[in-house]
Amino acid sequence: METLLNIYYLGIKELRSLSRDTMMLVMIVFSFTGQVYLIATGVPQSLHKAPIAIVDEDRSPLSHRIINAFYLPYFLTPVIIDQYETDHGMDVGLYSFVLDIPSHFQRDMLAGRQPALQLNIDATRISQAFIGNSYIQTILNGEVNAFAQGHRAIVTLPVELEIRTRFNPNLSSVWFGSLMEVINSITTLSIILTGAALIREREHGTIEHLLVMPLTPFEIMSAKVWSMGLVVVVVATASIIFVVHGLLEVPIQGSLGLFILGMLLHLFATTSLGIYLGTLARSMPQLGLLMLIILLPLQMLSGGMTPRESMPALVQNIMLAAPTTHFVSLAQAILYRGAGFGIVWVDFLALIGIGAVFFALALNRFRNTISSMV
Amino acid sequence: MNTPATAPVVRIQNLSLRYGEQVALDNLNLDLPANQMLGLIGPDGVGKSSLMSLLTGARAIQQGKIEVLGGDMADARHRRAVCPRIAYMPQGLGKNLYLTLSVFENVDFFGRLFGQQQAEREQRIAELLKSTNLESFRDRPAGQLSGGMKQKLGLCCALIHDPDLLVLDEPTTGVDPLSRAQFWELIARLRQRRAGMSVLVSTAYMDEAERFDWLVAMDAGKILATGTATELREQAKADSLEEAFILLLPEAKRRGHKAIVIPPRQSSGADIAIEAHDLSMRFGEFLAVDNVSLRIERGEIFGFLGSNGCGKSTTMKMLTGLLQPSSGTALLFGQVVDAGNLATRKRVGYMSQAFSLYSELTVKQNLELHAKLFHLPAADMSDRVTEMAQRFQLDAVLGTLPDALPLGIRQRLSLAVAMIHRPDLLILDEPTSGVDPIERDRFWEMMIELSRNDQVTIFISTHFMNEAERCDRISLMHAGKVLASDTPAALVKDSGHASLEEAFIGYLQKASGDEAAADTSTEPAVVVSPQTQAAQAAAGFSLTRLYSYTLREALELRRDPIRASIALVGTLFLMFTFGYGITMDVEDLRFAVLDRDQTTLSNNYALDLGGSRYFLSRPPLADYAELDQRMRSGELSLALEIPPHFARDLERGNQVKIGAWIDGAMPTRAENVIGYVQAMHQGWLLEMARSRSTTQLPAGLMKIETRFRYNADVKSLPAMVPAVIPILLMLIPAMLSALSVVREKELGSILNLYVTPVTKFEFLVGKQLPYIAVGMLNFLLLSILAIFVFGVPFKGSFLTLTVAALLYVTASTGIGLLISTLTNSQIAAIFATFLATFIPSTRFSGMIDPVSSLEGGARLMGETFPGAYFLTICRGTFSKALGFAELGPSLWPLALAIPIIVGLSVLLLKKQER
Repeated sequence: METLLNIYYLGIKELRSLSRDTMMLVMIVFSFTGQVYLIATGVPQSLHKAPIAIVDEDRSPLSHRIINAFYLPYFLTPVIIDQYETDHGMDVGLYSFVLDIPSHFQRDMLAGRQPALQLNIDATRISQAFIGNSYIQTILNGEVNAFAQGHRAIVTLPVELEIRTRFNPNLSSVWFGSLMEVINSITTLSIILTGAALIREREHGTIEHLLVMPLTPFEIMSAKVWSMGLVVVVVATASIIFVVHGLLEVPIQGSLGLFILGMLLHLFATTSLGIYLGTLARSMPQLGLLMLIILLPLQMLSGGMTPRESMPALVQNIMLAAPTTHFVSLAQAILYRGAGFGIVWVDFLALIGIGAVFFALALNRFRNTISSMV
Repeated sequence: MNTPATAPVVRIQNLSLRYGEQVALDNLNLDLPANQMLGLIGPDGVGKSSLMSLLTGARAIQQGKIEVLGGDMADARHRRAVCPRIAYMPQGLGKNLYLTLSVFENVDFFGRLFGQQQAEREQRIAELLKSTNLESFRDRPAGQLSGGMKQKLGLCCALIHDPDLLVLDEPTTGVDPLSRAQFWELIARLRQRRAGMSVLVSTAYMDEAERFDWLVAMDAGKILATGTATELREQAKADSLEEAFILLLPEAKRRGHKAIVIPPRQSSGADIAIEAHDLSMRFGEFLAVDNVSLRIERGEIFGFLGSNGCGKSTTMKMLTGLLQPSSGTALLFGQVVDAGNLATRKRVGYMSQAFSLYSELTVKQNLELHAKLFHLPAADMSDRVTEMAQRFQLDAVLGTLPDALPLGIRQRLSLAVAMIHRPDLLILDEPTSGVDPIERDRFWEMMIELSRNDQVTIFISTHFMNEAERCDRISLMHAGKVLASDTPAALVKDSGHASLEEAFIGYLQKASGDEAAADTSTEPAVVVSPQTQAAQAAAGFSLTRLYSYTLREALELRRDPIRASIALVGTLFLMFTFGYGITMDVEDLRFAVLDRDQTTLSNNYALDLGGSRYFLSRPPLADYAELDQRMRSGELSLALEIPPHFARDLERGNQVKIGAWIDGAMPTRAENVIGYVQAMHQGWLLEMARSRSTTQLPAGLMKIETRFRYNADVKSLPAMVPAVIPILLMLIPAMLSALSVVREKELGSILNLYVTPVTKFEFLVGKQLPYIAVGMLNFLLLSILAIFVFGVPFKGSFLTLTVAALLYVTASTGIGLLISTLTNSQIAAIFATFLATFIPSTRFSGMIDPVSSLEGGARLMGETFPGAYFLTICRGTFSKALGFAELGPSLWPLALAIPIIVGLSVLLLKKQER
C-alpha cells in the first residue's frame, strides 16, 4: 500500500516538473499536431508527382495520346525535351523518368513491326523507380492497346483482373502517414521523457534526496514509468481523435480502446527502455546521442516506414525483439483493418513479454547504479 | 598605495533592477573610490550579486547609469574596450570554471581569451599557480579540486590579464579557515605588487569585512551605510562589525533576533544515536575516509570541522546509507546502516551540501511531497506543513519556486524538509554556508530548541567557528582522518591557542606538515610583464580567442571518450542497420487463393503467381470469412478469388473476372502488389493466348525497353547507402553541437562570454570547429564503409563530395548551435534537435520520395533544408559519375546556408544576461 502511494506521489511530482517546462510542452504538442499534419499531408506513400520527361520523336496522334496520359497526381505534367537533354536532366535529378518515343512509332506499331519505346529510370530513386515503372508500363500498354483497337483486331483472352483494395481503398497517404507519425512520436517522446527525467534528477542532485527517504528504486522507477506514460497516452489519444480523425478525416476501423490498451503495453516497454538509457548515460549530451542511435532503428525498421517484408530475414528477426515492431503491427491491424483482440493478441503478448524484460533489466541496472549517481 | 583617489572607479546613478515583479535594486546611487579594497556586505538576497554582475557588464542595465573606469557600461563599445581591465569571479565554487579541464588548461583558456601569446601565457600561469600553491595540481581536472582550491583557481583565471578592477562575489563561502587565510594573503600580495588595482568583494564573514578599506552595507536593494569598518561601528554604536551590521538593519529585519544562549545538555548516558567503527571509504586509489570512529549520544549537537575535501561529506553520506563504506561499520540507533533498511531512514533527516530539492516545485509542494513520502497521517499532514512553514518562516513564500529565493531561505526550506517527519537524528552538511549572520542565528535557535526540547540528535558540519563553538562536541577532520574530538573548550585548552580558529588552523598546519610552511617562505618577487596587446586585441576579430574556445571544446570532447565513441561507432552502427535494413524491392509478399473452380486451369493461374520471387504462397482459403479474417490479421497482402466455372467460361469465350483483394493498409506495399500482380496477369494471358493459338501470334504491339540508369541491377544497397550518409551527417553532428551552448547556460560558465573580450562570432565558430572535425571524420568513415565494406561503386569526383560534406557538416553543426542558442534547458535542446533534424532529413530530403513529390509544408521544408541538396550530391558523385561542373546548382545552396545559420545564431545569442 505504501509502495503504491509512494509511486503515486512521485509520479505527480514528475508531472508537476514537466508542466514547468513550457518549451518542452510546446514541442510535445507540436510533435503530435503540426508534425503529424506536415507528414500526413506532405509525404506521399504511393506514386505522387513523379517528374517525367518525354522525348517525342514521333509527333504522331499516338505519341500525343501517350503524353496526355501522364497527369497529376501521379505524374507531374511531362516535360517535352530533346534527346540530348536526357542525360543532363537525369544527372541533376530533374526527372526520375525519361520516355523516348522513336520516330515512326505509330506507323510501325500499326504495321505490326513491334517498335520499341525506351524508358529511362533513375534507379537511385529506388522507391519511385519500382512503382513508377509498373505505372508507366500499365499506362503505355493501355494507351497503345486502346489506340490499336480502333485500327486493327487484337486477340485477347476475356479474363479481367479486378483489383479491389481493402482497408484504404484510395491508398491515401494521409491515412497511413498520419497514424504512423503518431506512433513514431509516441515512441520518441516516451523514451526521451523518461531518460531525461532520470538524468535531470542526477544532474540536479535530487536523486540523492530520494535515496535518503524511505523509497525503493522500484518505486522511483515505476513513478517515472506511469507518469511519463500517462502524458504520452493522453496526448497521443487526443491527437488521434482530434488531429487524425477530426482534422485529417481518417476513418478509424477498429476499437480505439483496444488500440489504447496496446499503446499502454508499448509504453511500458519504451519507458523502461528510457530509464535503461538514463542509467547508461552519465550526462545529457551522452543521453542525446544514445537516444538517436536507439530511436533511429526502432522507428525506421519497425515496419512503419518501409514494409517489413522487404527487410532481410536477419533484420526482421532481430526487430521482433523491438517493441515498435509489434506496436506498429497491432496499430495497423486495429486502426486500418479493424482487427479485434482475437487477431492482435499475439502482438499484445509479445509486448507484455518485451516490456517485462525491459523493465526487469532497467530496474536491475537502476538498482546497481543508483548509488553511483549521487 | 598612496596614490590619491582622484576619480571614483565606479560611479552609479539611479540604478534599478527588477526580476519580473521583484525589485532587486532600488534607485541606487553610489561612488566607489579607486585603489581600495572595497567590501560589500548585507543579508542574502539584497542585491549584492546583482549589483556586481551589472557593473562588470555581465548583466544588461535596465534603468539608471553605471560608469566603470571612466565610461558608460550601457555602451557596448566601452564594454568591449574596458572588459580586459575588469576581472569578475562569480558566486559559487568554480562557477565559471570548466570542470573537465585541468588547472593549467583552465587558466590557459582565459589567457587566450585575453589574446596573450604562448610565451607570455606560460610565464604568467607559472607565476600565478606558484603564488596560489596550485603548482602541484597543475594537471588535475578542476572538478576534482576541493572548494577552496577551486576558489583559488577562479582567482588565477581572473588575474591572468592584470585587471584594474577585480570583482569577487563571496569568494570564501564554503572555504575552510586555513584556505581562507591563504586566500586573503594572496590578495594582499597581489595588491602590493600591482598598485592601482581596485578590489570589490562581497562576503558573509564579518571578520573578513573588518579588514577592508571601505565598506558598503546593503539591504533590500538599497544602500544602508558606507564608510570604513570603524565608521560603521561608530555609526551603529556597536563593538563588532557583526553587531553593527545587525543594528544597521531596519527594525523589521532584526526583530526577534537575540544573542544565542545554549542551555546545558543533560547527558542521557548510554543512549547512543550514531556509532561508527573504523569507517573507511576508498574511491579507486584515493582514500577519502580513513578509519573514522564516532560515538554520538542522543540529543547531542555534534560538530564536524575540517578543510575542504577532507572527507566530511563522505562520512556523512556513509552514515545516511547513501554510500556503502569500503570497510568498517556504521550504526544508527544500534542498527547497522543498510541502504535497504527503510525503517531507519524514517528516523533520519538529511540535508546535503548542495541544494537538492525540486526546483520545479513550489515551496509548499516540496514540503507536501516529503510529508507524503514519509506517510504522515493524512489528518496531521496539512497541520504539519503549516507548522513547519511557520517555524521556518516560509509562510510568505509558500507559492514561490526555490530558484527565485535567496540562498538563506532555500537553506531553511531544506532544513524544514529534512525535519518534516520528526526525525530523531539530523545529519546536516554545511547547512549555513552562504547564509547571512541573522539567518544563521535563527537557524541555531531552532537547532538548540530541537536538541534540548525534543532530544533530537544533530550532526552538523560547518566552516564557521562561532557555530562550532556552539556544539556540544566537535571533531576536527583532515585528509580523511579525525585529528581530535572533544568539547570546543577542551580543544582550545589542549592546543594552547587563544581561540578555536587558531586551534583549528594549528591542528591543520601540524597535520599537513610542510605544505603550508613552504607557502610563506617562497615568495617570488613577481614582476608581471605589463600586458601590451590587451587593448588592441579587444578590437576586431581575434583568431586566438576563437581558438581558445575551439581548444576548450575539443578538450572537453576528448575527456568524454564515451560521447566521442558513441558519435563515431554509433554512426557506423546506424549505417549498417540502414544499409542492410531498408530495401525498397518488396519481396515475399504473402498471398492465398480462394479457388472456387478447382480445375487445372485455375490451379495453373495460382501456381504462376506462387512461382514468382515476389510472392509467397500460403494455404488456400475456404470461404470469404476466412479471407476476411486472414487479411485483417495482416497475414495476407493479397487474396485471389477465382470464380466458379472459370475454366468452363473461358473455354466458351465468356468474360471472366478474377478478383484480387489487396491489403491497402500500407499504401507503398499495396502499390507494389498491384504492379506485380498486374504484370503477372498480363504475362499469364499472353502465355495462354500463345499456347492456344495455332498461328504465330506477335508477342505484343510494341516493346518497352526499360533502362534502369545509375544502378542497373536496381539493387537497394547502392541506392540506399548514399542516401543514408546525409541523414547521419545531419543527425549526429547536430546532436553533438546542440548541447554545447545550452550546457554552458545551465552550468553557469556562459558568464565567460559575457565578461571577456570574446565576440559572439568567435564564441560560436570556435565551438563549432571541433564538431566539424568530428563530422568530417564521420564522413570519411562512412565513405570507407560504403565503398569498401558495402561495395557501393563510387563513380564521380570524391573531391566534390568532400567539399560538399564539409559545407554540409558545417551547416548541420550550425543548426545544432542555433538550437542550443535558442533553448534554455538541455532536455529541450535534445528534443528540439531531434524534431528539427530527424524528420526533415529522413522524410523531407528525398531519401524515399524526391522533394518534387512532396506537398505543402513538407515541400517547403525539403527545399530549404540542406539535406536534399547534399543527397543530390551524394547520389550524383556515388552513382552518376558527376563532379563540380554538374553539381554546382546543389553546392551553392549548401554554401549559402552556412552564413544564414551562423548569422542567425550570432544574432540570437546574447552577450549580456537579461
